[in-house]
Amino acid sequence: MSRKQKKSLIRIIIAAVLFAAGYIVPFADFPAWAKLCFFAAVYLVIGYDVLWKAVRGLFSGQLLDENFLMAIASVGAFCLGDYPEAVMVVLLYQIGELFQSCAVSKSRKSISALMDIRPDSANLERDGAIAQVSPEEVKIGDIIVIRPGEKIPLDCTVEEGSSSVDTSSVTGESVPRDVSIGSALISGCVNISGLLRCRVTAGFGESTVSKILALVENAGEHKARAENFITRFAHVYTPAVVAAAVILAVVPSMFDGNWSEWIHRALTFLVISCPCALVISVPMSFFGGIGGASRCGILIKGAEYLEQLANVKTMVFDKTGTLTEGSFRVTQVNAAGCTKEELVEAAAYAEAYSHHPIAQSLRAAYGSEPDSSRLSDVSEIPGQGISAQLDNEPILVGNALLMENSGVEFTVCDAVGTIVYVARGGKFLGSVIISDTVKHDSAEAIKKLRERGVERTIMLTGDSESAGQTVTKRLGIDEAHCGLLPGDKAERVEKLLSEKKGVLAFVGDGVNDAPVLTRADIGIAMGGIGSDAAIEAADIVIMDDKPSKIPLAVGIARKTLRIVKENIVFALGVKALFLLLGALGFANMWAAVFADVGVSIIAILNATRALRTKNL
Amino acid sequence: MKKVYELTDLDCANCAAKMERAVSEIEGVESVSISFMTQKMTIMTDEAGHKDIMKKVVKVCKKIEPDCVINL
Repeated sequence: MSRKQKKSLIRIIIAAVLFAAGYIVPFADFPAWAKLCFFAAVYLVIGYDVLWKAVRGLFSGQLLDENFLMAIASVGAFCLGDYPEAVMVVLLYQIGELFQSCAVSKSRKSISALMDIRPDSANLERDGAIAQVSPEEVKIGDIIVIRPGEKIPLDCTVEEGSSSVDTSSVTGESVPRDVSIGSALISGCVNISGLLRCRVTAGFGESTVSKILALVENAGEHKARAENFITRFAHVYTPAVVAAAVILAVVPSMFDGNWSEWIHRALTFLVISCPCALVISVPMSFFGGIGGASRCGILIKGAEYLEQLANVKTMVFDKTGTLTEGSFRVTQVNAAGCTKEELVEAAAYAEAYSHHPIAQSLRAAYGSEPDSSRLSDVSEIPGQGISAQLDNEPILVGNALLMENSGVEFTVCDAVGTIVYVARGGKFLGSVIISDTVKHDSAEAIKKLRERGVERTIMLTGDSESAGQTVTKRLGIDEAHCGLLPGDKAERVEKLLSEKKGVLAFVGDGVNDAPVLTRADIGIAMGGIGSDAAIEAADIVIMDDKPSKIPLAVGIARKTLRIVKENIVFALGVKALFLLLGALGFANMWAAVFADVGVSIIAILNATRALRTKNL
Repeated sequence: MKKVYELTDLDCANCAAKMERAVSEIEGVESVSISFMTQKMTIMTDEAGHKDIMKKVVKVCKKIEPDCVINL
């Protein structure tokens, strides 16, 4: 509890004790003014600030705020001779306010704790000694030491030592990542086990942690439609209720002359009318949703986007790097007349000196470094492949054309991907298929998205029709638009935007998708770490590169929106009901105070549910 | 020019909404957003008149919620 809250609690306790004492004291034995004085004193203890704020509001033209309503209601009750009720209204109001304030600060704290990835200090190595400095002081190229248990203060690469790193606060990934010399470290993660000596690669302002924090801190700027609706609603609602209260006090009294009864009902009306439950619970739900998502490694730039995401009907995916790994790997080895190992070995040796992605994936499949003493006469045949001598035997590695031209008899392979044929000593050894692999959770992600209301899924790719169709079929995507140049993607999304119903989201890896990310209703960038363009252009950034986070984000958005709707309906419903009961004379002040602060508290507690993302 | 200010003792969500509305009506304020949850005000103003505009902003906010302080 803050000091303000503690002070309020003490006042509530004192007032409550005095109030209870008021029932024991036999006021009938004293003159009439004794009772008035006693309750007036209790009233001042608990309500002086409300009165003071109301008076101050009166002078600055803020006639219709909460304090003013409470002051009128309680002073009105005093005038009607209902002293205990006047005290009770303010007492309950203060209890409710205290509860509300505690609930808000608690959820605010738990949300900021989720986002608390800001490093406090860095251990800078200077002239052989280690000094603790603020991360802002460290420059690119400096050496920092990160001890076990410490946050990584800046983006850096490991120079010495090995450890495992907990990236969960940044990416939501719970399995620690092993790092050793040469590994790049992301600021905001926590070093778990070993001492690391690292060279800084980005200043604090440019480090991942700063970018994430800036993004999260600005999330309040983009307000959702529901939020704006509520503030606009509150703007007309309060004056309307006050006008209704005046009518309720005056009009029926003119007919039956029972002024005190109708004024009493009008006062009840005023207490019920406060719009705070609504105004507080809606932004709080969104805030909770954004906080919950950030814990899962999904950064959402504002409530507006969370709201849109809940209504996504069309989702457009970039293929390479989003649904697929974006890197080439050996996916199939067809050996003919030798073992698979021999085949891959021959291919890897031939490509030993090449930097082409295909060559790299062949070497990766071979696993060990080629021994150059076994290799000689390596020459490249443009557009065909490579010829070389391995263990003094001629080898040929390349496409079908190379095999044909060299007169090697070979079996044609029609798999999707890049096909590499290998021959040794004029004899066909087999073929190796290299292709981009689909991420293991892509299919599951598409299936879940469909369950969560996405009606149309589309994949855009620069690859050939056959390669594209294979992927869409495997993943269960509705349409594929293949053979697109980078510029075509924006055009294609533009066209989809014109024919869509509902919200269109585009998911890309952000490397060259910035224009498309900005153009779509919602741009979702994957693998946000390290890509500035993605963080800039996208509305939602998924920190790791898992497609399964997309349905999770949609799930969080839908849950948040459901909570927002529940709160709006619940608060308005209860208020409307109690206003009606109040007007008809069935609701007393107790009920009125419940309808005000009770509803706020229930709505706040409901809003904190948005923070929980398990089981989504 | 876009600036973000922290707000202290912003206790009521409705006041935040009212402040936002009132500040947005000040001349020279291009856009303003007050977040009750993060206790922050993000404001876009003319570069030149920023100081004078902020004086008006403080005055307007003081009127609506006297306890709330804008940390300039």
